[in-house]
Amino acid sequence: MGMTITEKIIAAHTNLREVHPGQFVYADVDICLGNDITAPIAIEEFEKAGIEQVFDPEKIVLVPDHFTPNKDIKSAQQSKSLREFATKHALKYYFEIGRMGIEHALLPEQGVVAPGDLIIGADSHTCTYGALGAFSTGVGSTDLAACFATGKVWLKVPESIQFVFHGRARNWTSGKDLILYTIGKIGVDGALYKAMEFTGSAITHLSMDDRFAICNMAIEAGAKNGIISPDKNTTDYMQGRGEKKYVLHQSDSDCTYAKIYEFNTDEISPQVALPSLPENTKPVTDVAGIKIDQVVIGSCTNGRISDLRIAAHILKGKKRHPSIRLIIIPATQDIYKQAIKEGLIETFIEAEAVVSTPTCGPCLGGHMGILAEGERALSTTNRNFVGRMGHPKSEIYLCGPAVAATSAITGEITPPDEVAKKE
Amino acid sequence: MRGKCWKFWDNINTDEIIPARYLNTTDTKELAAHCMEDADPDFMKKAQKGDVIVAGDNFGCGSSREHAPIAIKAAGISGVIAKSFARIFFRNAINIGLPIFESPEAAEQIQEGDEVEIDLAHAEIIDHTSKKRFRFEPFPQEMQEIIQVGGLMNFVKKRREQ
Repeated sequence: MGMTITEKIIAAHTNLREVHPGQFVYADVDICLGNDITAPIAIEEFEKAGIEQVFDPEKIVLVPDHFTPNKDIKSAQQSKSLREFATKHALKYYFEIGRMGIEHALLPEQGVVAPGDLIIGADSHTCTYGALGAFSTGVGSTDLAACFATGKVWLKVPESIQFVFHGRARNWTSGKDLILYTIGKIGVDGALYKAMEFTGSAITHLSMDDRFAICNMAIEAGAKNGIISPDKNTTDYMQGRGEKKYVLHQSDSDCTYAKIYEFNTDEISPQVALPSLPENTKPVTDVAGIKIDQVVIGSCTNGRISDLRIAAHILKGKKRHPSIRLIIIPATQDIYKQAIKEGLIETFIEAEAVVSTPTCGPCLGGHMGILAEGERALSTTNRNFVGRMGHPKSEIYLCGPAVAATSAITGEITPPDEVAKKE
Repeated sequence: MRGKCWKFWDNINTDEIIPARYLNTTDTKELAAHCMEDADPDFMKKAQKGDVIVAGDNFGCGSSREHAPIAIKAAGISGVIAKSFARIFFRNAINIGLPIFESPEAAEQIQEGDEVEIDLAHAEIIDHTSKKRFRFEPFPQEMQEIIQVGGLMNFVKKRREQ
């Protein structure tokens, strides 16, 4: 019996030749990750257990990205605990602000994670790295503490669901739209405990940035991981990103899927998820005209260079609507620098956008764009739960960068075609 | 384990259990003070030590923040009964020793305010108000080993000592 790519990677990180869904394993971890919210608890737990040494200082990554640059004294304390732990244990990968980027954009960019890796992160969007053909899943702080000590994680091997995207993503439809569409079809627990494997001609033709956006939101369907088989796009992306050796896995042709969904991508248009669940998706044309107060373009989902290019293409020579606050956050320093080189940042500032240093910031209602009571945001982030970006009586609509940039110009949710032509 | 039930709906997410505006601390008492705040702002005024949370599908979805089960546990809630749990919340609860029980029937039929007892030995939930009894699926052996020693870090310590 064949194995899926997810099963193969898990098996390769145990002493077993093969694993099967439902099986309980202790797997070796290649990279474990924590941030300024989750790592402080992990560090406390690790130290409370009286363990002196971490399992491997080259396999632990700490990224202070959520409330940074520190928004208040308490968050400064939390960042400090990461910094001190990184120094004490001589961690190879501690990213101080200035080098810091949003973790799930940063780690692939810096070649810290690679195809075939088994990665855990105390952050739910750790599933992003599945776009490289890695097994990558979000865990909690205690899992991270245990991994600091042992280099292992307990896992129940998930069943896999295959999502086949036939055709091609057309016009303004991006990876974000495909994943919003998918979550709309299967619901926020439609892939609970399962692996979401994305395949088909539309995926083959997608850029890595779009693939990251897709796998990033697998958690919004309840999945353990999202994964895309590595191909030439993947290996091209890995070029020049360090010396790390990697392994390319593919699902066997006779592997077993719990379910297979097939979508005609040609028919998927830009999507918007209405408050307050990512499954409340509609084509943008169905919700056009809804007034908004704030537009956010950024996050671990859509803060990459291709997202900024789309936004700049639409915003070029235009201004935000007078009633809109437009906040644009490049996800990493490299993306920021590239955006400056290409003149994107100038376009944004000319459009009267606020451009911020990399931070998760408003996505989780941390800082840098909190909503007041009754306000409504349109955002390229990943969650639109009640109160997520601020006041419990504020609202979030989710979308891709094209809809966000277009709507920033008009002041209401607007299909991109009404303002701009795709290049 | 016995207490009064507080009912919540499907897809209760970790932003509702403990909003991110309180995640600049790891102090369990501070976290407990805001437990369930964005689902029910009055929850901590009403809930008593030992009470039980009863919810629908996908309880604890969203962020991986362990602050969510920590806030519930530190608030004195004795356990959570749900139709299903989101997976990171599920493993966090096991890892920190917050008792959770998956029972669609119990989650459906228990009413707010019911007095409920959880009998671990017999894998049974007893609703003393309605006089109904419900089964819950015991955890697999491997997870029970973690639960029995009081959570994952104790489990790790024990393994290292062996």
